[in-house]
Amino acid sequence: MSDNVVVEEKPVDTVAIMNQLPGADIVGQSPLHHAELDALSKKGVRKGGVHLRENKLQAHLTLRCNPNNTEQLAAVVRVLDVALPLQPLTSVEKGDVSIRWISPDEWLIVVPGEKAFEVETRFREEMEGHHSLVNSSGGSTILELSGDNVVDMLKKSTPIDLHPKEFPVGKVVSTVFAKSSAIIRRTGDKRFELVIRRSFADYIWLWIQDASREFGLVIEA
Amino acid sequence: MFHIYCPHCGEYREEEEFHAKGQAHIARPLDPEACSDKEWGEYLFFRKNPRGLHHELWVHAAGCRKFFNVTRDTQTYEIKEVYKIGEQPSFVTEE
Ligand SMILES: [Zn+2]
Repeated sequence: MSDNVVVEEKPVDTVAIMNQLPGADIVGQSPLHHAELDALSKKGVRKGGVHLRENKLQAHLTLRCNPNNTEQLAAVVRVLDVALPLQPLTSVEKGDVSIRWISPDEWLIVVPGEKAFEVETRFREEMEGHHSLVNSSGGSTILELSGDNVVDMLKKSTPIDLHPKEFPVGKVVSTVFAKSSAIIRRTGDKRFELVIRRSFADYIWLWIQDASREFGLVIEA
Repeated sequence: MFHIYCPHCGEYREEEEFHAKGQAHIARPLDPEACSDKEWGEYLFFRKNPRGLHHELWVHAAGCRKFFNVTRDTQTYEIKEVYKIGEQPSFVTEE
């Protein structure tokens, strides 16, 4: 075997966490701040086949843990009052908490922005063993899309089969969207939620305007 | 449209979501320093390039981002089977 010195690994019992919100007097800006969706919602068209609303400044927490570890699963219930969806491509929602299955050992938790630090702190207290919780709130934003033509618009943008038999309410997929990617969840018959990357938010905003042109795009505040 | 089954997501997805990652079942030598240059060089650089069945590593890059194995016919592009890392293929390739 090699003569290399093996550095002894010490267990880390303290994790540096910080409250990413600077304070109530400093207003955060979403990745679509420049699009001024609030102003557009007041002066834009009122009728159209596609409705868009940005669900901005939510807390996005990426949890990775062991789905076979019953103690970790129980810790999630203690913190969030709802169990992780273990079935692939499913999601759960309870009150202001929603959890999306991303991968067999990864979930995306969304809670209101101002609750991020509290939830993070509670996870550190409750969850034992090998796991990771990352606050990626600043890295993405959520678009809510609805309307009679929302499926028609999405069909131009992603290869996912959106037929209700294949894509029922509550299903969630990570997939390609235009030349970018998105986590797409069906939240209603004609209602979808897209979690998109911050750096692609403007591109996707432009894409959606273009793809919705023939149906009419209504911006909601 | 060319669909590939992801064993982690449990459904077929468009090929665009996946990336091929080369030959599967390449075990890293347990004791690299005991390898001859030939053995180490073959481990690092030499790959099969069969006309016919091939065991390959794929990743569901835009989906769950997990790796899995595929037995694929390089002549017809037909995927014979998909199986998780650590599992053994049921199709045997010609050596
Ligand atoms: Zn997958």
